[in-house]
Amino acid sequence: MDSALPIADRGGPAQPLLLAKDLRKHFPVGGGLLGRGRKVVRAVDDLTISVAKGETLGVVGESGCGKSTVARLLIRLLRPDRGTLVLDGDPVDEPHGITVNELRRQVQMVFQDSYASLNPRLTIGETLAFAPKAHGLPAAEARARTRDLLAQVGLDPESYAERYPHELSGGQRQRVNIARALALRPRLVILDEAVSALDKSVEAQVLNMLVDLKSELGLTYVFISHDLNVVQYLSDRVLVMYLGKIVELGPVEAIYGNPLHPYTRALLSARPSMDPRKRTHEAPIQGDPPNPIDPPSGCRFRTRCPFAEDVCAAGEPLLTETPAQSVACHMRRPGSGHSKAAAA
Amino acid sequence: MAIQSPSIDLGGTISVLLGRSGVSRGYWQSVGRRLRRDPVTLICAAILILLVAAALLAPWLGLADPYKTSMLRRLNPIGSPNNLLGTDELGRDMLARLIYGGRLSLFMGVTPVACALLIGGFLGIAAGFLGGRVNMAIMRTMDVFYAFPSVLLAISLSGAMGAGAENTLLALSLVFIPPICRVSESVTTQVRGFDFVDAAKASGASTLAIVRVHVLGNVLGPILVYATSLISVAIILAAGLSFLGLGVKPPEPEWGLMLNTLRQAIYVNPVLAALPGVMIFITSICFNLMSDGLRAAMDVKA
Repeated sequence: MDSALPIADRGGPAQPLLLAKDLRKHFPVGGGLLGRGRKVVRAVDDLTISVAKGETLGVVGESGCGKSTVARLLIRLLRPDRGTLVLDGDPVDEPHGITVNELRRQVQMVFQDSYASLNPRLTIGETLAFAPKAHGLPAAEARARTRDLLAQVGLDPESYAERYPHELSGGQRQRVNIARALALRPRLVILDEAVSALDKSVEAQVLNMLVDLKSELGLTYVFISHDLNVVQYLSDRVLVMYLGKIVELGPVEAIYGNPLHPYTRALLSARPSMDPRKRTHEAPIQGDPPNPIDPPSGCRFRTRCPFAEDVCAAGEPLLTETPAQSVACHMRRPGSGHSKAAAA
Repeated sequence: MAIQSPSIDLGGTISVLLGRSGVSRGYWQSVGRRLRRDPVTLICAAILILLVAAALLAPWLGLADPYKTSMLRRLNPIGSPNNLLGTDELGRDMLARLIYGGRLSLFMGVTPVACALLIGGFLGIAAGFLGGRVNMAIMRTMDVFYAFPSVLLAISLSGAMGAGAENTLLALSLVFIPPICRVSESVTTQVRGFDFVDAAKASGASTLAIVRVHVLGNVLGPILVYATSLISVAIILAAGLSFLGLGVKPPEPEWGLMLNTLRQAIYVNPVLAALPGVMIFITSICFNLMSDGLRAAMDVKA
């Protein structure tokens, strides 16, 4: 495979670029000798995500809700316990599909910690050239690619290619990380808290650069963050996660304008607003999320939900289509038995 | 640092070609710069180089025959006209025997550590990088060796295989594999957890390329520093085995063996009897101080 050529769109614009079906990842913790009596953390539980071509899918949720696990599953840094990945119509790691390596050629990731994600012993140029060389690009071409990449992320190739990570600021390092993710000319870039560690002014610069790169290179983003404002700024669609499950999914205007799930509402009301008329009315949720080792039965949010009823403990709410978005809540499912739900 | 990743040399070459070598200092350049400002490490290195050079060049230094005994000149004191450092219990020249003895003693110190570094380092890096069951299998095997104190293990191994330099070498190598393996495993596990290794995996590079470029460069430094500190232990252990009669056989000059045979002279000429011990002491303390200096110089935060 010649990595110099960008990969052409094959399935047409309507086919999802990346489709993850029923992804599940449980991490075993502790347990007795020889793995008996082990408990599992249900980090990601039967998650189905589809990423459309050219969109930015924002993923939000509290710490520990499985956002980063999703990112690592999408790029196969973690092997899912079950579930399939389909990249532009090609199943990944299946008899008639594409290999994991081919998936990684087209899907790349930017990590949160800009320092830990750069090898301290390599110059920026060497870091950027590593992946293209590993895919068989000759050294001279890899060097040229490195210079293009640095220019693309707004760093002067002359002065940065030979520097070491510790000589760069946090913002510069994160630009290098983004450049590395682009080194293989991917179609989808997963940004896992990619700007969260930066201070606000640098964060804004990097965000604007990401927007420019997206239109310039025709990229698709999965943007994972706990920062609701940043997600609103960047995303076309937003996915809200709670304890390894999707609670709400829809266009950014719908999620931010008319959130339907009590959790989404609580999240949005907890964020500070500059407008005094939009001050917090609903009480933000209390306490920490329950332990994912032993999540609550039925709806996982019911232990913190002000509207919880018996039906919420009895059955798990399914993701239900509403006119604007999808939501997993018994109150929004007609005939569910919840007192606030419409009759069937 | 012959084993460092070639890409670092490449970076250096590029910067030299472009005439920009002053712009940015590479990691090893900055280590070298810090070492040059550390007088203790420099002095230790100089002493060690002197010892090694003297041992290697011994036949051409115009020394007396280290095997030639003389019943007339036994236990001559230090500063005797023909024997600068006196003579031993059989009238052999001490200076010649100490310098010739360095050949075996230094060899016995460095070789087992080098062998153990190859085997233990490989096993440890493999265990650390692959993790899971491979790690379990390798590290639990090493734990079995840890059940025995290292001195006891060396004594029992060379006792079982019989005296002689080769068996001592083998026994010492086996003794040093577990600690080097454990250190390699722990630093590799640490490096493996960094995002840059994940990023390299995500780029679809082969495991070999990831280990070569991203793991070795970050792991070899600490492992080498640790191995350097083991050289002094190896010299002392080898000397100890010789002292017990399990190592080198007489009349071969070797510091530990010399200590053993000069033992009877301790009441007659205690300073003379202590000379081989002084050599062992100087060599091992130099290796220890040098490994400390290396550790400090390789600390990026320093």
